[in-house]
Amino acid sequence: MNWSFFHKLGSPKWFYDISGRWLPWFAVAGVALLVVGSIWGLFFAPQDYQQGNSFRIIYIHVPAAFVAQSCYMMLAVAGVVSLVWRMKLADVALKCAAPIGAWMTFVALLTGAIWGKPTWGTYWVWDARLTSMLILLFLYFGIIALGQAISNRETSAKATAVLAIVGTVNIPIIKYSVDWWNTLHQPATFKVTAKPAMPVEMWLPLLLMVLGFYALFTVSLLMRMRLEVLRREQKTRWVRETLEKLS
Amino acid sequence: MRQIVWLLFCREWRLAWRRPGDLLNPLVFFALVVSLFPLAVGPEPSMLRAMAPGVIWVAALLATLLSLDGLFRSDYEDGSLEQWVLSPHPLALMVLVKVLHHWMMSGLAMVLLAPLFGLMLALPLSSLPVLALTLLLGTPILSLLGAVGAALTVGLKSGGVLLALLILPLYIPVLILGTGAMDAALQGMPVTGFALWLGCLAVLALTLAPIAIAAGLRIGVSE
Repeated sequence: MNWSFFHKLGSPKWFYDISGRWLPWFAVAGVALLVVGSIWGLFFAPQDYQQGNSFRIIYIHVPAAFVAQSCYMMLAVAGVVSLVWRMKLADVALKCAAPIGAWMTFVALLTGAIWGKPTWGTYWVWDARLTSMLILLFLYFGIIALGQAISNRETSAKATAVLAIVGTVNIPIIKYSVDWWNTLHQPATFKVTAKPAMPVEMWLPLLLMVLGFYALFTVSLLMRMRLEVLRREQKTRWVRETLEKLS
Repeated sequence: MRQIVWLLFCREWRLAWRRPGDLLNPLVFFALVVSLFPLAVGPEPSMLRAMAPGVIWVAALLATLLSLDGLFRSDYEDGSLEQWVLSPHPLALMVLVKVLHHWMMSGLAMVLLAPLFGLMLALPLSSLPVLALTLLLGTPILSLLGAVGAALTVGLKSGGVLLALLILPLYIPVLILGTGAMDAALQGMPVTGFALWLGCLAVLALTLAPIAIAAGLRIGVSE
């Protein structure tokens, strides 16, 4: 396998150029997927035989939860890359992805609460998966707070990387202990290995929404990272030239 | 290797006993938090009994957190941490000694105190050994995980609240297993499973946490 792209990632300028080319594609794909998925899911997918129309919030809830969880894994991967290969871009990714992940977790919690009202009759139950998501939100808060508390940029990046790795080692333990503690939630909607229990007309729009959310995540992450790269490299010539071209 | 462990342990021991007040504070805090609950919810024995495992564990969590805040601070300020980082001996081993000493001074004392508070919270005598056992297995995990946070926040001025924010979510499994074991004991069910899980986590923390603590300290010192 050709690893040269990996080494090129070390160069902020290369990243800025290539991400500028990727960005429109992800944006178009994301908007298309989200529009098609939400119209399909909200208007054309069949009603749930028990929950009626209220189940349709799944088209926001599940994708947000997916992205929230994989974003934390991404933080840990970025942390390992940052600590092992000292790649500045991984620091940028770690710093920029954490708030997006926190927002996605918040959206998943909020939609979960709204969904809980018609389904369980209450906004909040201390059920295993809701609680795990709440803990995930706290883990994100910790990473954001630590990153902001340390003023030295390099130290802050390394410290958050260590924290993200420690958190990732702990996530399965937390998850299983919380599962053990209480389970009231319906079992997972999507499993990679098993056939989904939903009919095709229901889960296909959900799949589109999940992909759309990932595209949305990528777009906002790239945009935040590009801004951060510009901010960090503001003294270099290529940034000045780029900014002159823009204005 | 054995010598350095012993020397470090003696150093920590001497330093700790020069300021015995610092040793006592977390324990007094633990006692205070536990005594606040009957005042807040009323002295009904049946209610206290139902709440006791949770109250004792949360108090232990908070007391550990409080005592961890200054774990590396004085070493950081007087420069001994830098000497540790520079020394040829593995940093992970040295922090392990330090954290285990800290546990002996705070966690172990809580293990010994907890049955007393269990009695005051109307726990039956038969469940007190379980309380002590789960705390014995759980408090080292609390000290080790908390030390990771203390290492990451070592050079920061506002370390205390941040430390709580970083570490409390990681304490959740210990809390769940510890209180779960107590609930099982109160209902007369076997607690072996919970105890084994706690022991498993303790071994995991003993092996992995020192590496993370050492990494955190290196970052803190390099600033």
